[in-house]
Amino acid sequence: MNSETTVLSTRGLTKNFGGITATDNVNLELKQGARHALIGPNGAGKTTLINLLTGVLEPSSGSIELEGQDISHLAPHARVKRGMVRTFQINQLFDTLTPLETLALTVSQNRGLGKHWWQALGADKQVMARCHELLAQFHLSSVQDQITRELAYGKRRLLEIAIALACEPRVLLLDEPVAGVPAGEREELLQTVSDLPPEVTVLLIEHDMDLVFSFAKRMTVLVNGAVLTEGTPEEIAADERVKAVYLGHGEVAHD
Amino acid sequence: MNQARYKSWELALWVLVLASPLLLTKYAAIINEIAIVALFAISLDLILGYTGIVSLGHAAFFGMAAYTSALFAKHINPDPLLGLAVGTAAATALGALCSLTIIRGSDLTRLMVTLGMGLILYELANKLDWLTGGADGLQGVVMGKLLGQFDFDLAGKTAAWYSLTVLLILFVVLRRLVNSPFGATLKAVRDNRLRAQSIGIPVTQRIAVIYTVAAAVAGVAGALQAQTTGFASLDVFEFIRSADVMLVLVIGGTGWLYGGVAGAVVFKLLQDVISSITPQYWTFWIGLFLVVLALVGRDRLIRPWRWFSKPGPAAS
Repeated sequence: MNSETTVLSTRGLTKNFGGITATDNVNLELKQGARHALIGPNGAGKTTLINLLTGVLEPSSGSIELEGQDISHLAPHARVKRGMVRTFQINQLFDTLTPLETLALTVSQNRGLGKHWWQALGADKQVMARCHELLAQFHLSSVQDQITRELAYGKRRLLEIAIALACEPRVLLLDEPVAGVPAGEREELLQTVSDLPPEVTVLLIEHDMDLVFSFAKRMTVLVNGAVLTEGTPEEIAADERVKAVYLGHGEVAHD
Repeated sequence: MNQARYKSWELALWVLVLASPLLLTKYAAIINEIAIVALFAISLDLILGYTGIVSLGHAAFFGMAAYTSALFAKHINPDPLLGLAVGTAAATALGALCSLTIIRGSDLTRLMVTLGMGLILYELANKLDWLTGGADGLQGVVMGKLLGQFDFDLAGKTAAWYSLTVLLILFVVLRRLVNSPFGATLKAVRDNRLRAQSIGIPVTQRIAVIYTVAAAVAGVAGALQAQTTGFASLDVFEFIRSADVMLVLVIGGTGWLYGGVAGAVVFKLLQDVISSITPQYWTFWIGLFLVVLALVGRDRLIRPWRWFSKPGPAAS
């Protein structure tokens, strides 16, 4: 595959909750290795769109294609198996396990060892090697054996992203990765996001405009569930409608 | 993650456990009971402690295997191991069937389904009296010799060794299971179902599998009970049995296999000691014990010198 291959696309994707249209006829197209940002004011339907892509929600109409195959009605875990992985805006961790256990089980599951019930977790050397690589990359080695519940917020946030990478994603959906991260720990996280392998396709949902403009090569602006416009960061920055939407909602781009 | 390795105290413990019918010959019958309750509690721990599924109908599987193995011994073949296999198979099949109903719905619906399942089987065993003996129970079950060698003696030594050996074998197998990648995915489902499916774990399938495994282990306990007492009666299906086993697990601690064993020892000994003092009101003392346990916490209860210190962050 080269960078012209479409990896993830949606056609006419729509989600109605009763009378409310949370996602309105959205057409997205992500090429391989894309660094694509999805922005929009609060309530624009960004998280609903992620939930549709990952299968947490069923679309009311429209379709989703991953690497040329229709995945609109696949179960969430089956989409992960096909390489589409997400992170969560609010940490979703395994609180009673340690970071090492968490990553070991994730890597095991990803490599088809999730059904193995006779071997000990951690007996597979290749799995453990990958875990330690991830722990080092995300600055978690020093806390690898602590219970996740007791970790500092910044470390928990790093683990949140590390779990997604442990799934070896081909498409990664990052839902506000730096949300709530204290300024001092931000750099670590931003670095790991920009260090993602270039062949991984990334869809970034973010409020932090510094991160969006430093990271994204293309952007989609979502308003009221529908695509307002799409373009390069420069085009979006110059777009009067986008400014109006953000200023109209009293939300200043730079925080 | 180094829980997978056996520690020396564990080996010593199991040597003691297996020697107990010899050391405490007089108490062989209660040792047998403890082994069966421990196994039953461990089976519940697989779904409650490791996977986070609450069940109030776990006695359904215990009772299913108890009746099946008793009927098998009475009408078909008195061999204990064969009967154990048949009883377990029946409980496993029932578990597989029930697992289809519990993977849907919220925690509360699931709880009601498990409760209903237990009630249905209780009434079935009651109504089908031509088969089960109804309220009188299934009597006249005579077991054959264990391995064609060992008679079930009146003192209950053979029974105790039989149950303890089965307990040990299943403990070793389940210990591998909970420390495996499969076991870790169960803990992931327990801790955070949303994230579990987001890392590719087929959550409902995992729940169905472990529910069936738990039913099988509960079945083993039920079959042992019927075989070692030569009797199956309606109380194997009673709601109180499902509730008791949860009590045992709460006393011993969920999410570690020794919890079931420790809980069974404490529960059975309390029951035995208190009911010999006050036969009618022993549940009062069990209740009091439970309230103290919940208020003080297990960690502090076994360390009395800390009772009057403030609860630390580790106390739970």
